[in-house]
Amino acid sequence: MPAVRFDNVSKVYSGARGALRALDGVSFDIEAGEFFGLLGPNGAGKTTLISVLAGLTRASGGSVTVMGHDVVADYAAARKALGVVPQELVFDPFFNVRETLRIQSGYFGVRHNDDWIDELLHHLGLADKAGTNMRQLSGGMKRRVLVAQALVHRPPVIVLDEPTAGVDVELRQTLWQFIARLNREGHTVLLTTHYLEEAEALCGRIAMLKLGRVVALDRTANLLAATASTMLRFKTDAPLPAALAAVARVTGRSVQLQARDAAEVERLLHELRAAGVKVEDLEIGRADLEDVFLQIMQGAPA
Amino acid sequence: MNLAGAGTLFRKEILRFWKVAVQTVAAPVLTAVLYLLIFGHVLEGRVEVYPGVGYTSFLIPGLVMMSVLQNAFANSSSSLIQSKVTGNLVFLLVTPLSHWAWFAAYVGASVVRGLVVGAGVFLVTVWFAPLRLAEPAWIVVFATLGAGMMGSLGLIAGLWAEKFDQTAAFQNFVVMPMTFLSGVFYSVHSLPAVWQLVSHLNPFFYMVDGFRRGFFGVSDVSPWLSLAIVGASFAIVAALTLRLLAVGYKLRT
Repeated sequence: MPAVRFDNVSKVYSGARGALRALDGVSFDIEAGEFFGLLGPNGAGKTTLISVLAGLTRASGGSVTVMGHDVVADYAAARKALGVVPQELVFDPFFNVRETLRIQSGYFGVRHNDDWIDELLHHLGLADKAGTNMRQLSGGMKRRVLVAQALVHRPPVIVLDEPTAGVDVELRQTLWQFIARLNREGHTVLLTTHYLEEAEALCGRIAMLKLGRVVALDRTANLLAATASTMLRFKTDAPLPAALAAVARVTGRSVQLQARDAAEVERLLHELRAAGVKVEDLEIGRADLEDVFLQIMQGAPA
Repeated sequence: MNLAGAGTLFRKEILRFWKVAVQTVAAPVLTAVLYLLIFGHVLEGRVEVYPGVGYTSFLIPGLVMMSVLQNAFANSSSSLIQSKVTGNLVFLLVTPLSHWAWFAAYVGASVVRGLVVGAGVFLVTVWFAPLRLAEPAWIVVFATLGAGMMGSLGLIAGLWAEKFDQTAAFQNFVVMPMTFLSGVFYSVHSLPAVWQLVSHLNPFFYMVDGFRRGFFGVSDVSPWLSLAIVGASFAIVAALTLRLLAVGYKLRT
Protein backbone atom coordinates (compact mmCIF):
# COMPACT_ATOMS: atom_id res chain seq x y z
CA MET A 1 0.00 0.00 0.00
CA PRO A 2 1.48 3.36 -0.97
CA ALA A 3 1.64 6.10 1.69
CA VAL A 4 -0.02 8.53 -0.71
CA ARG A 5 -1.84 7.74 -3.96
CA PHE A 6 -2.96 10.40 -6.41
CA ASP A 7 -5.30 8.81 -8.94
CA ASN A 8 -6.26 10.93 -11.97
CA VAL A 9 -6.75 14.02 -9.82
CA SER A 10 -8.18 17.07 -11.55
CA LYS A 11 -9.23 20.44 -10.24
CA VAL A 12 -11.08 23.11 -12.18
CA TYR A 13 -11.66 26.53 -10.66
CA SER A 14 -14.57 28.29 -12.30
CA GLY A 15 -14.27 32.04 -12.06
CA ALA A 16 -15.62 35.16 -13.68
CA ARG A 17 -13.06 34.88 -16.48
CA GLY A 18 -13.85 31.27 -17.33
CA ALA A 19 -12.60 27.96 -15.99
CA LEU A 20 -9.03 27.44 -14.82
CA ARG A 21 -7.73 23.89 -14.93
CA ALA A 22 -5.29 23.83 -11.99
CA LEU A 23 -4.79 20.04 -12.01
CA ASP A 24 -5.24 17.86 -15.06
CA GLY A 25 -5.23 14.11 -14.47
CA VAL A 26 -2.40 13.87 -11.93
CA SER A 27 -1.53 10.28 -10.99
CA PHE A 28 1.41 8.98 -8.98
CA ASP A 29 2.17 7.05 -5.79
CA ILE A 30 4.48 7.88 -2.93
CA GLU A 31 5.71 4.76 -1.20
CA ALA A 32 5.95 4.51 2.58
CA GLY A 33 9.31 5.79 3.82
CA GLU A 34 10.11 7.84 0.73
CA PHE A 35 11.48 11.39 0.76
CA PHE A 36 9.58 12.72 -2.24
CA GLY A 37 9.96 16.07 -3.98
CA LEU A 38 7.20 17.91 -5.83
CA LEU A 39 8.63 20.60 -8.09
CA GLY A 40 7.25 23.01 -10.60
CA PRO A 41 7.12 26.71 -11.43
CA ASN A 42 4.60 29.02 -9.77
CA GLY A 43 1.09 28.16 -10.92
CA ALA A 44 2.01 24.57 -11.79
CA GLY A 45 -0.52 23.21 -9.29
CA LYS A 46 1.77 22.08 -6.43
CA THR A 47 -0.15 23.85 -3.67
CA THR A 48 -3.50 22.84 -5.17
CA LEU A 49 -2.39 19.20 -5.16
CA ILE A 50 -1.28 19.44 -1.54
CA SER A 51 -4.54 21.20 -0.62
CA VAL A 52 -6.52 18.34 -2.13
CA LEU A 53 -4.36 15.88 -0.18
CA ALA A 54 -4.94 17.78 3.08
CA GLY A 55 -8.69 18.19 2.52
CA LEU A 56 -8.44 21.98 2.20
CA THR A 57 -9.67 21.80 -1.38
CA ARG A 58 -12.00 19.31 -3.03
CA ALA A 59 -10.85 17.70 -6.26
CA SER A 60 -13.12 18.05 -9.29
CA GLY A 61 -12.28 14.49 -10.31
CA GLY A 62 -10.15 11.51 -9.32
CA SER A 63 -9.22 10.41 -5.81
CA VAL A 64 -6.47 10.72 -3.24
CA THR A 65 -5.67 8.28 -0.44
CA VAL A 66 -3.34 8.58 2.55
CA MET A 67 -2.22 5.25 4.03
CA GLY A 68 -5.14 3.70 2.13
CA HIS A 69 -7.75 6.14 3.46
CA ASP A 70 -9.69 8.23 0.96
CA VAL A 71 -9.30 11.94 1.82
CA VAL A 72 -13.03 12.60 1.31
CA ALA A 73 -14.92 9.41 2.22
CA ASP A 74 -12.62 8.50 5.11
CA TYR A 75 -11.31 11.97 5.92
CA ALA A 76 -10.80 11.50 9.65
CA ALA A 77 -8.42 8.56 9.23
CA ALA A 78 -6.66 10.23 6.27
CA ARG A 79 -6.07 13.47 8.20
CA LYS A 80 -4.81 11.61 11.27
CA ALA A 81 -2.16 10.04 9.06
CA LEU A 82 -1.09 13.41 7.66
CA GLY A 83 0.93 16.30 9.08
CA VAL A 84 0.82 19.43 6.94
CA VAL A 85 3.18 22.39 7.25
CA PRO A 86 1.34 25.18 5.43
CA GLN A 87 3.15 27.63 3.18
CA GLU A 88 1.74 30.80 4.78
CA LEU A 89 3.21 31.96 8.10
CA VAL A 90 -0.05 31.77 10.06
CA PHE A 91 -0.59 31.63 13.83
CA ASP A 92 -3.24 32.17 16.51
CA PRO A 93 -2.29 35.36 18.38
CA PHE A 94 -4.23 34.38 21.52
CA PHE A 95 -1.85 31.62 22.61
CA ASN A 96 1.77 30.87 23.49
CA VAL A 97 3.85 28.14 21.86
CA ARG A 98 3.04 25.37 24.33
CA GLU A 99 -0.69 26.22 24.36
CA THR A 100 -0.69 26.20 20.56
CA LEU A 101 0.85 22.73 20.48
CA ARG A 102 -1.41 21.34 23.23
CA ILE A 103 -4.50 22.62 21.40
CA GLN A 104 -3.34 21.10 18.12
CA SER A 105 -2.75 17.75 19.90
CA GLY A 106 -6.23 17.93 21.38
CA TYR A 107 -7.87 18.41 17.97
CA PHE A 108 -6.41 15.04 16.97
CA GLY A 109 -7.72 13.45 20.16
CA VAL A 110 -4.19 13.17 21.62
CA ARG A 111 -4.10 14.00 25.33
CA HIS A 112 -1.21 14.26 27.78
CA ASN A 113 1.21 14.88 24.94
CA ASP A 114 3.76 17.03 26.81
CA ASP A 115 6.64 14.54 26.49
CA TRP A 116 6.43 14.58 22.70
CA ILE A 117 5.80 18.34 22.67
CA ASP A 118 8.97 18.85 24.72
CA GLU A 119 10.91 16.66 22.31
CA LEU A 120 9.61 18.65 19.33
CA LEU A 121 10.48 21.95 21.04
CA HIS A 122 13.98 20.65 21.77
CA HIS A 123 14.71 19.38 18.27
CA LEU A 124 13.36 22.52 16.62
CA GLY A 125 15.31 24.85 18.91
CA LEU A 126 12.16 26.20 20.57
CA ALA A 127 12.72 24.93 24.12
CA ASP A 128 13.23 28.42 25.57
CA LYS A 129 10.19 29.81 23.69
CA ALA A 130 7.53 27.48 25.11
CA GLY A 131 5.93 30.24 27.20
CA THR A 132 6.25 32.98 24.58
CA ASN A 133 3.14 34.31 22.86
CA MET A 134 3.06 33.56 19.14
CA ARG A 135 2.90 37.29 18.34
CA GLN A 136 6.31 37.85 19.91
CA LEU A 137 8.13 35.24 17.80
CA SER A 138 10.28 36.11 14.79
CA GLY A 139 9.28 34.78 11.37
CA GLY A 140 11.79 31.93 11.60
CA MET A 141 10.55 30.92 15.04
CA LYS A 142 6.92 30.98 13.84
CA ARG A 143 7.96 28.70 10.99
CA ARG A 144 9.43 26.23 13.50
CA VAL A 145 6.16 26.23 15.45
CA LEU A 146 4.30 25.44 12.21
CA VAL A 147 6.53 22.39 11.78
CA ALA A 148 5.96 21.32 15.39
CA GLN A 149 2.18 21.75 14.96
CA ALA A 150 2.21 19.48 11.93
CA LEU A 151 4.08 16.76 13.85
CA VAL A 152 2.27 16.96 17.16
CA HIS A 153 0.08 13.90 16.48
CA ARG A 154 3.03 11.83 15.12
CA PRO A 155 1.66 11.44 11.59
CA PRO A 156 3.27 8.77 9.38
CA VAL A 157 3.12 11.13 6.37
CA ILE A 158 4.59 14.64 6.57
CA VAL A 159 3.85 17.31 3.95
CA LEU A 160 6.04 20.39 3.77
CA ASP A 161 4.86 23.13 1.40
CA GLU A 162 7.77 25.49 0.74
CA PRO A 163 9.01 25.15 4.32
CA THR A 164 12.23 27.12 3.84
CA ALA A 165 10.88 30.09 1.89
CA GLY A 166 12.38 33.18 3.52
CA VAL A 167 14.10 31.19 6.27
CA ASP A 168 17.66 31.75 7.47
CA VAL A 169 20.46 29.26 6.88
CA GLU A 170 20.61 28.10 10.50
CA LEU A 171 16.95 27.10 10.58
CA ARG A 172 17.22 25.37 7.22
CA GLN A 173 20.00 23.19 8.66
CA THR A 174 18.09 22.45 11.91
CA LEU A 175 14.91 21.73 10.01
CA TRP A 176 16.46 19.41 7.44
CA GLN A 177 18.41 17.46 10.04
CA PHE A 178 15.21 16.89 11.98
CA ILE A 179 13.10 16.00 8.95
CA ALA A 180 15.82 13.68 7.63
CA ARG A 181 15.86 11.95 11.03
CA LEU A 182 12.08 11.49 10.95
CA ASN A 183 12.43 10.09 7.44
CA ARG A 184 15.11 7.62 8.60
CA GLU A 185 12.75 6.56 11.39
CA GLY A 186 10.16 5.62 8.78
CA HIS A 187 8.10 8.75 8.16
CA THR A 188 7.15 9.47 4.57
CA VAL A 189 7.99 13.03 3.52
CA LEU A 190 6.47 15.03 0.67
CA LEU A 191 8.28 18.29 0.00
CA THR A 192 7.63 21.17 -2.33
CA THR A 193 10.39 23.72 -2.61
CA HIS A 194 11.79 26.41 -4.84
CA TYR A 195 15.32 25.57 -3.70
CA LEU A 196 16.31 22.92 -6.18
CA GLU A 197 19.58 22.16 -4.42
CA GLU A 198 17.49 21.15 -1.39
CA ALA A 199 15.38 18.81 -3.48
CA GLU A 200 18.50 17.35 -5.11
CA ALA A 201 20.16 16.75 -1.76
CA LEU A 202 17.13 15.36 0.09
CA CYS A 203 14.62 13.76 -2.26
CA GLY A 204 15.02 10.20 -3.46
CA ARG A 205 12.32 10.67 -6.06
CA ILE A 206 10.88 13.72 -7.76
CA ALA A 207 7.73 14.61 -9.66
CA MET A 208 7.67 17.78 -11.74
CA LEU A 209 4.42 19.55 -12.46
CA LYS A 210 3.70 21.98 -15.25
CA LEU A 211 0.29 23.53 -15.85
CA GLY A 212 -1.38 20.92 -13.70
CA ARG A 213 0.22 17.88 -15.36
CA VAL A 214 3.06 15.59 -14.30
CA VAL A 215 5.84 16.17 -16.85
CA ALA A 216 8.57 14.16 -15.11
CA LEU A 217 8.53 11.45 -12.46
CA ASP A 218 11.65 9.50 -11.61
CA ARG A 219 14.40 8.88 -9.11
CA THR A 220 16.46 12.03 -8.63
CA ALA A 221 19.60 10.22 -9.79
CA ASN A 222 17.90 9.06 -12.99
CA LEU A 223 16.63 12.55 -13.76
CA LEU A 224 20.15 13.90 -13.39
CA ALA A 225 21.67 11.13 -15.49
CA ALA A 226 19.08 11.24 -18.27
CA THR A 227 19.62 14.86 -19.11
CA ALA A 228 22.54 16.40 -20.95
CA SER A 229 25.20 15.88 -18.39
CA THR A 230 27.76 18.62 -18.98
CA MET A 231 27.50 22.32 -18.29
CA LEU A 232 29.87 25.00 -19.51
CA ARG A 233 29.92 27.96 -17.12
CA PHE A 234 31.83 31.22 -17.62
CA LYS A 235 31.64 34.97 -17.18
CA THR A 236 31.78 37.55 -19.92
CA ASP A 237 30.98 41.19 -20.71
CA ALA A 238 30.54 40.66 -24.44
CA PRO A 239 27.23 39.83 -26.13
CA LEU A 240 26.87 36.18 -27.18
CA PRO A 241 26.41 35.19 -30.82
CA ALA A 242 22.67 34.87 -31.58
CA ALA A 243 22.69 31.06 -31.92
CA LEU A 244 24.20 30.64 -28.46
CA ALA A 245 22.21 33.44 -26.81
CA ALA A 246 19.03 31.53 -27.69
CA VAL A 247 20.04 28.46 -25.65
CA ALA A 248 22.18 30.03 -22.89
CA ARG A 249 21.12 30.70 -19.32
CA VAL A 250 22.39 34.19 -18.50
CA THR A 251 22.45 35.68 -14.99
CA GLY A 252 24.19 39.06 -15.05
CA ARG A 253 27.73 38.32 -16.28
CA SER A 254 27.37 34.56 -15.74
CA VAL A 255 26.56 32.34 -18.67
CA GLN A 256 25.70 28.62 -18.67
CA LEU A 257 25.63 26.50 -21.78
CA GLN A 258 24.62 22.88 -22.03
CA ALA A 259 26.71 20.27 -23.80
CA ARG A 260 26.10 16.57 -24.45
CA ASP A 261 29.79 15.61 -24.57
CA ALA A 262 33.37 16.83 -24.82
CA ALA A 263 33.12 17.37 -28.58
CA GLU A 264 30.22 19.72 -28.09
CA VAL A 265 32.15 21.64 -25.41
CA GLU A 266 34.94 21.98 -27.96
CA ARG A 267 32.50 23.27 -30.59
CA LEU A 268 30.93 25.81 -28.20
CA LEU A 269 34.31 27.19 -27.22
CA HIS A 270 35.24 27.49 -30.86
CA GLU A 271 32.07 29.44 -31.64
CA LEU A 272 32.75 31.80 -28.74
CA ARG A 273 36.31 32.40 -29.88
CA ALA A 274 35.15 32.94 -33.47
CA ALA A 275 32.64 35.55 -32.26
CA GLY A 276 35.37 37.30 -30.29
CA VAL A 277 33.74 36.70 -26.90
CA LYS A 278 36.31 37.03 -24.11
CA VAL A 279 35.63 34.25 -21.57
CA GLU A 280 36.62 34.45 -17.88
CA ASP A 281 36.43 31.96 -14.99
CA LEU A 282 35.63 29.04 -17.28
CA GLU A 283 34.28 25.89 -15.59
CA ILE A 284 33.07 22.62 -17.00
CA GLY A 285 30.80 20.67 -14.65
CA ARG A 286 28.00 18.21 -14.24
CA ALA A 287 24.44 19.39 -14.72
CA ASP A 288 22.48 19.92 -11.51
CA LEU A 289 18.77 19.62 -10.82
CA GLU A 290 18.18 23.21 -11.81
CA ASP A 291 19.49 22.45 -15.32
CA VAL A 292 17.32 19.35 -15.50
CA PHE A 293 14.32 21.32 -14.25
CA LEU A 294 14.72 24.08 -16.82
CA GLN A 295 15.29 21.62 -19.63
CA ILE A 296 12.14 19.65 -18.73
CA MET A 297 10.04 22.77 -18.26
CA GLN A 298 11.14 24.18 -21.61
CA GLY A 299 10.64 20.87 -23.37
CA ALA A 300 7.30 19.94 -21.82
CA PRO A 301 4.23 20.64 -23.91
CA ALA A 302 2.38 23.73 -22.74
CA MET B 1 -17.07 11.04 17.46
CA ASN B 2 -13.72 12.50 18.47
CA LEU B 3 -14.97 13.82 21.84
CA ALA B 4 -11.53 14.85 23.04
CA GLY B 5 -11.09 16.87 19.83
CA ALA B 6 -14.46 18.60 20.13
CA GLY B 7 -13.73 19.27 23.82
CA THR B 8 -10.40 20.87 22.91
CA LEU B 9 -12.00 23.18 20.37
CA PHE B 10 -14.71 24.09 22.91
CA ARG B 11 -12.10 24.94 25.57
CA LYS B 12 -10.00 26.87 23.04
CA GLU B 13 -13.03 28.94 22.05
CA ILE B 14 -13.73 29.76 25.71
CA LEU B 15 -10.07 30.65 26.36
CA ARG B 16 -10.14 32.88 23.31
CA PHE B 17 -12.81 35.19 24.70
CA TRP B 18 -11.75 34.82 28.34
CA LYS B 19 -8.22 36.03 27.57
CA VAL B 20 -9.73 39.31 26.36
CA ALA B 21 -12.57 39.42 28.89
CA VAL B 22 -12.39 43.21 29.26
CA GLN B 23 -13.50 43.51 25.68
CA THR B 24 -15.77 40.45 25.46
CA VAL B 25 -17.44 40.47 28.90
CA ALA B 26 -16.87 43.75 30.76
CA ALA B 27 -17.62 46.02 27.78
CA PRO B 28 -21.07 44.55 26.99
CA VAL B 29 -21.95 44.64 30.72
CA LEU B 30 -21.11 48.37 30.79
CA THR B 31 -23.21 48.97 27.66
CA ALA B 32 -26.22 47.28 29.27
CA VAL B 33 -25.81 49.35 32.45
CA LEU B 34 -25.77 52.54 30.37
CA TYR B 35 -29.03 51.51 28.67
CA LEU B 36 -30.53 50.84 32.07
CA LEU B 37 -29.45 54.19 33.51
CA ILE B 38 -30.67 56.23 30.54
CA PHE B 39 -33.94 54.46 29.69
CA GLY B 40 -34.70 53.79 33.35
CA HIS B 41 -34.15 57.44 34.21
CA VAL B 42 -36.30 58.71 31.37
CA LEU B 43 -39.16 56.21 31.59
CA GLU B 44 -39.37 55.09 35.24
CA GLY B 45 -42.80 56.10 36.60
CA ARG B 46 -44.20 56.91 33.13
CA VAL B 47 -44.63 53.38 31.85
CA GLU B 48 -46.12 50.42 33.67
CA VAL B 49 -46.12 47.34 31.50
CA TYR B 50 -47.40 44.74 33.94
CA PRO B 51 -49.43 45.65 37.03
CA GLY B 52 -47.12 46.29 39.97
CA VAL B 53 -43.92 46.02 37.88
CA GLY B 54 -41.93 49.26 37.53
CA TYR B 55 -40.29 50.11 34.20
CA THR B 56 -36.72 49.53 35.44
CA SER B 57 -37.70 46.11 36.80
CA PHE B 58 -39.31 45.32 33.45
CA LEU B 59 -36.25 46.50 31.56
CA ILE B 60 -33.61 44.47 33.43
CA PRO B 61 -34.54 40.99 32.11
CA GLY B 62 -34.81 42.44 28.59
CA LEU B 63 -31.31 43.88 28.81
CA VAL B 64 -29.94 40.63 30.22
CA MET B 65 -31.47 38.63 27.36
CA MET B 66 -30.35 41.15 24.74
CA SER B 67 -26.78 40.83 26.05
CA VAL B 68 -27.00 37.03 26.03
CA LEU B 69 -28.18 36.99 22.41
CA GLN B 70 -25.80 39.60 21.01
CA ASN B 71 -22.74 38.14 22.71
CA ALA B 72 -23.52 34.57 21.73
CA PHE B 73 -23.71 35.78 18.14
CA ALA B 74 -20.55 37.85 18.46
CA ASN B 75 -18.54 34.95 19.86
CA SER B 76 -18.85 32.45 17.04
CA SER B 77 -19.01 35.01 14.23
CA SER B 78 -15.95 36.97 15.33
CA SER B 79 -13.91 33.87 16.16
CA LEU B 80 -14.53 32.34 12.76
CA ILE B 81 -13.94 35.50 10.73
CA GLN B 82 -10.74 36.21 12.69
CA SER B 83 -9.43 32.72 11.95
CA LYS B 84 -10.39 33.09 8.30
CA VAL B 85 -8.81 36.51 7.84
CA THR B 86 -5.59 35.65 9.72
CA GLY B 87 -5.44 32.25 8.00
CA ASN B 88 -5.07 30.17 11.15
CA LEU B 89 -8.31 28.31 10.38
CA VAL B 90 -6.05 25.95 8.41
CA PHE B 91 -5.00 24.38 11.75
CA LEU B 92 -8.59 23.32 12.26
CA LEU B 93 -9.26 22.35 8.65
CA VAL B 94 -6.45 19.75 8.64
CA THR B 95 -7.81 17.99 11.74
CA PRO B 96 -10.15 14.98 11.76
CA LEU B 97 -12.87 17.03 13.53
CA SER B 98 -16.33 16.39 12.04
CA HIS B 99 -18.96 19.03 11.29
CA TRP B 100 -20.76 17.89 14.46
CA ALA B 101 -17.64 18.62 16.50
CA TRP B 102 -17.27 22.08 14.91
CA PHE B 103 -20.92 22.84 15.61
CA ALA B 104 -20.92 21.58 19.21
CA ALA B 105 -17.70 23.40 20.10
CA TYR B 106 -18.43 26.77 18.47
CA VAL B 107 -22.09 26.90 19.54
CA GLY B 108 -21.28 25.55 23.02
CA ALA B 109 -18.65 28.25 23.59
CA SER B 110 -21.08 30.89 22.28
CA VAL B 111 -23.67 29.76 24.81
CA VAL B 112 -21.08 30.03 27.58
CA ARG B 113 -20.07 33.53 26.46
CA GLY B 114 -23.74 34.60 26.23
CA LEU B 115 -24.56 33.21 29.68
CA VAL B 116 -21.42 34.71 31.28
CA VAL B 117 -22.22 38.17 29.90
CA GLY B 118 -25.91 37.77 30.79
CA ALA B 119 -25.00 36.80 34.36
CA GLY B 120 -22.67 39.80 34.52
CA VAL B 121 -25.41 42.18 33.35
CA PHE B 122 -27.82 40.64 35.84
CA LEU B 123 -25.41 40.94 38.78
CA VAL B 124 -24.70 44.59 38.04
CA THR B 125 -28.27 45.71 37.26
CA VAL B 126 -30.21 43.71 39.85
CA TRP B 127 -29.48 46.39 42.50
CA PHE B 128 -31.35 49.10 40.57
CA ALA B 129 -34.91 47.77 40.97
CA PRO B 130 -36.83 45.02 42.77
CA LEU B 131 -36.88 41.73 40.82
CA ARG B 132 -38.57 38.41 41.49
CA LEU B 133 -37.65 34.99 40.16
CA ALA B 134 -41.18 33.68 39.70
CA GLU B 135 -40.49 30.73 37.37
CA PRO B 136 -36.68 30.42 37.15
CA ALA B 137 -36.67 27.33 34.90
CA TRP B 138 -37.87 29.52 32.00
CA ILE B 139 -34.91 31.84 32.54
CA VAL B 140 -32.43 29.00 32.08
CA VAL B 141 -34.31 27.40 29.18
CA PHE B 142 -34.76 30.56 27.10
CA ALA B 143 -31.29 31.93 27.82
CA THR B 144 -29.65 28.67 26.78
CA LEU B 145 -31.82 28.03 23.74
CA GLY B 146 -31.61 31.66 22.60
CA ALA B 147 -27.83 31.71 23.01
CA GLY B 148 -27.60 28.42 21.12
CA MET B 149 -29.60 29.79 18.21
CA MET B 150 -27.51 32.98 18.11
CA GLY B 151 -24.24 31.04 18.36
CA SER B 152 -25.42 28.98 15.41
CA LEU B 153 -26.47 32.08 13.47
CA GLY B 154 -23.03 33.55 14.27
CA LEU B 155 -21.40 30.48 12.72
CA ILE B 156 -23.41 31.01 9.54
CA ALA B 157 -22.38 34.68 9.45
CA GLY B 158 -18.74 33.73 10.07
CA LEU B 159 -18.80 31.11 7.31
CA TRP B 160 -20.46 33.47 4.84
CA ALA B 161 -18.34 36.56 5.55
CA GLU B 162 -14.96 37.12 3.95
CA LYS B 163 -14.13 40.36 5.76
CA PHE B 164 -14.69 41.82 9.23
CA ASP B 165 -17.10 44.46 7.93
CA GLN B 166 -19.39 41.74 6.61
CA THR B 167 -19.88 40.17 10.05
CA ALA B 168 -20.28 43.69 11.44
CA ALA B 169 -22.96 44.35 8.81
CA PHE B 170 -24.74 41.12 9.75
CA GLN B 171 -24.63 42.24 13.39
CA ASN B 172 -25.80 45.81 12.68
CA PHE B 173 -28.44 45.15 10.03
CA VAL B 174 -29.89 41.83 11.21
CA VAL B 175 -29.09 41.06 14.84
CA MET B 176 -29.39 44.58 16.30
CA PRO B 177 -32.77 45.47 14.68
CA MET B 178 -34.26 42.10 15.55
CA THR B 179 -33.17 42.34 19.20
CA PHE B 180 -34.23 45.99 19.54
CA LEU B 181 -37.63 45.28 17.98
CA SER B 182 -38.22 42.18 20.10
CA GLY B 183 -39.71 43.94 23.13
CA VAL B 184 -36.52 44.45 25.13
CA PHE B 185 -37.48 48.05 25.93
CA TYR B 186 -41.27 47.82 25.82
CA SER B 187 -44.19 45.42 25.80
CA VAL B 188 -45.49 44.81 22.29
CA HIS B 189 -49.00 45.27 23.71
CA SER B 190 -48.31 48.99 23.77
CA LEU B 191 -47.67 49.03 20.01
CA PRO B 192 -50.18 49.78 17.19
CA ALA B 193 -51.82 46.61 15.83
CA VAL B 194 -49.66 46.46 12.69
CA TRP B 195 -46.42 46.56 14.66
CA GLN B 196 -47.76 44.02 17.11
CA LEU B 197 -48.27 41.69 14.17
CA VAL B 198 -44.77 42.37 12.85
CA SER B 199 -43.29 41.75 16.31
CA HIS B 200 -45.05 38.39 16.49
CA LEU B 201 -43.22 37.33 13.32
CA ASN B 202 -39.86 37.96 15.01
CA PRO B 203 -38.55 34.86 16.80
CA PHE B 204 -36.47 37.13 19.07
CA PHE B 205 -39.74 38.42 20.55
CA TYR B 206 -40.54 34.93 21.89
CA MET B 207 -37.04 34.54 23.36
CA VAL B 208 -37.35 37.78 25.30
CA ASP B 209 -40.98 37.22 26.27
CA GLY B 210 -40.34 33.67 27.49
CA PHE B 211 -37.21 34.78 29.35
CA ARG B 212 -39.08 37.61 31.09
CA ARG B 213 -41.82 35.15 32.10
CA GLY B 214 -39.25 33.50 34.38
CA PHE B 215 -38.94 36.70 36.39
CA PHE B 216 -42.51 38.04 36.59
CA GLY B 217 -44.67 34.98 36.01
CA VAL B 218 -46.59 36.93 33.35
CA SER B 219 -45.86 37.26 29.65
CA ASP B 220 -47.40 38.57 26.43
CA VAL B 221 -47.88 35.06 25.04
CA SER B 222 -47.81 31.58 26.61
CA PRO B 223 -44.24 30.45 27.44
CA TRP B 224 -45.04 27.10 25.84
CA LEU B 225 -45.85 28.79 22.55
CA SER B 226 -42.58 30.75 22.89
CA LEU B 227 -40.71 27.53 23.64
CA ALA B 228 -42.16 25.85 20.55
CA ILE B 229 -41.27 28.78 18.29
CA VAL B 230 -37.78 29.32 19.73
CA GLY B 231 -37.11 25.57 19.67
CA ALA B 232 -38.21 25.30 16.04
CA SER B 233 -36.11 28.36 15.08
CA PHE B 234 -33.06 26.83 16.75
CA ALA B 235 -33.64 23.52 14.98
CA ILE B 236 -33.89 25.23 11.57
CA VAL B 237 -30.80 27.40 12.07
CA ALA B 238 -28.83 24.45 13.52
CA ALA B 239 -29.77 22.20 10.60
CA LEU B 240 -28.65 24.85 8.12
CA THR B 241 -25.38 25.43 10.01
CA LEU B 242 -24.61 21.70 10.13
CA ARG B 243 -25.32 21.39 6.43
CA LEU B 244 -22.99 24.30 5.57
CA LEU B 245 -20.25 22.82 7.76
CA ALA B 246 -20.69 19.36 6.26
CA VAL B 247 -20.30 20.59 2.68
CA GLY B 248 -17.45 22.90 3.71
CA TYR B 249 -19.26 26.04 2.54
CA LYS B 250 -16.53 28.68 1.93
CA LEU B 251 -14.18 26.50 4.00
CA ARG B 252 -13.05 23.80 1.60
CA THR B 253 -13.06 25.32 -1.89
